[in-house]
Amino acid sequence: MAQITCKNLVVGYEGQVVRDNINFIVEKGDYLCIVGENGSGKSTLMKTLLSLQKPMAGEIIFGDGLVANEIGYLPQQSTVKRDFPATNFEIVLSGNLGHSSFFYSKKDKEMALDAMKRLRIDEFKDKCFRELSGGQQQRVLLARALCATQKVLLLDEPVSGLDPKVTAEMYELVKELNQNDKITIIMISHDLNDALKYATHILHVGSEIFFGTKVEYLNSELGKQFTSEIRNNIICEFCGKNISK
Amino acid sequence: MIETLQLYFQYPFVRYAMLVGVLVALCSSLLGVTLVLKRFSFIGDGLSHVAFLAMAVAAVFQWTNNMPLILVVTIAAAIAVLCMGETTLMKGDAAIAMISVTSLALGYLFMNLFSTSSNISGDVCTTLFGSTSILTLLPEQVILSSVLSVAVVVIYIFFYNKVFALTFDEDFSRAIGVKVGFYKLSIAVIIAVIIVLAMNLVGSLLTSALIIFPALSTMRLYKSFKAVVISSAVLSVLCAVTGMLVSIIVGTPVGSTIVGIEIIAYAICVIAGRTLVRA
Repeated sequence: MAQITCKNLVVGYEGQVVRDNINFIVEKGDYLCIVGENGSGKSTLMKTLLSLQKPMAGEIIFGDGLVANEIGYLPQQSTVKRDFPATNFEIVLSGNLGHSSFFYSKKDKEMALDAMKRLRIDEFKDKCFRELSGGQQQRVLLARALCATQKVLLLDEPVSGLDPKVTAEMYELVKELNQNDKITIIMISHDLNDALKYATHILHVGSEIFFGTKVEYLNSELGKQFTSEIRNNIICEFCGKNISK
Repeated sequence: MIETLQLYFQYPFVRYAMLVGVLVALCSSLLGVTLVLKRFSFIGDGLSHVAFLAMAVAAVFQWTNNMPLILVVTIAAAIAVLCMGETTLMKGDAAIAMISVTSLALGYLFMNLFSTSSNISGDVCTTLFGSTSILTLLPEQVILSSVLSVAVVVIYIFFYNKVFALTFDEDFSRAIGVKVGFYKLSIAVIIAVIIVLAMNLVGSLLTSALIIFPALSTMRLYKSFKAVVISSAVLSVLCAVTGMLVSIIVGTPVGSTIVGIEIIAYAICVIAGRTLVRA
């Protein structure tokens, strides 16, 4: 059985349907990229997957040992406070709250330290979150998500605002987690280039909805249309002019 | 000077006042960090005005032991602002502003219309600025204040990790299955209790200072959440004790003296923070 199955899902908020008829399946070890224009309902879908809001219709079925609230979540950067006085260890440790009672156990602390080592940020353990660079902060939040789950990670625009080098590092880290630790990755992105480079599956949300493997997507009408737009943008960038922005 | 203090401390009501002052200062600083970081600094102000309204109503009916009524009303207002503020039509800050001025106006109106006291402006001034109220606490009020303060501290210690997670990132906590609604409700109740307690010490207009100043001061100095919370509790108690002693010796109003000391402490922390960063 698949880890996540969405059947005829309708998402929206305050009684307004944002997107309906969403169908997709996520198997263990998949790397699913959710792409689409701004306002296409990506974020609403994400909130619904995280059980932050209820689906308006249809259902989300969790299986293969996964239960709701077992999805580790890396929020969009802008939502996290920049001036927060907390050490990185305190933040990573808070990822354990889903399965700990009042106080953190020794195991929780080991897990947090282990997650920080895996993402190579253990040297910043006692540093303040606000002293880190954007890329380092993202890794701290990723380590927190790893404490919450070892099964599925949901990343919401994980590289927005990062420079190209740090972006590449971030993608490599996520790839490692996906391939070495067999953690399922669901990533929301509007950067189709990177989505196509790393993902195994694509969910395109918009007026048309597409779900399938990367190859299927590239051969589909929707995929061709969307990628050709991006190809044009790349050509423009090469000319030194980016007319898309 | 020491003789003055010795003379004062012979009276039980002064000792009560000190005890309540220390306890109230301790708990009011605890949630200050959360409120400041959650951009809820003004909630103390709004809720203390609600408490003022409740106090005015109690005065009209001439209930001397007015704490239970004030507590219930303030808790209800806290829940309304903190838990429903986000989902309803009105934004949190607008709701706070509205509740705040409404209760202030109604409270003053009630006091003027129905009060039997001959010195209305004196009464109002006392409730707003707390001038001598801590020295006139009844023994029941002292016991209730102490019990509530201890309860707040114990609950805070047990919920500490949750408070941290909720303050840092509410959505993430909800996504990993923390019962955010329940904890927010608890925090709202605790804040209301703290405000009612703090009113006894500094009066309703100055409660905000007691809640936010220690947190703002120590956030300048420390990098970890735990250090900020602990040091703001210590700083708050120190300021309250110093303020109360000064007010006894010099004869200044308790509330404003404590707030004055808090401001000095804040200035010291800002300067210390800047020099430490440079060094």
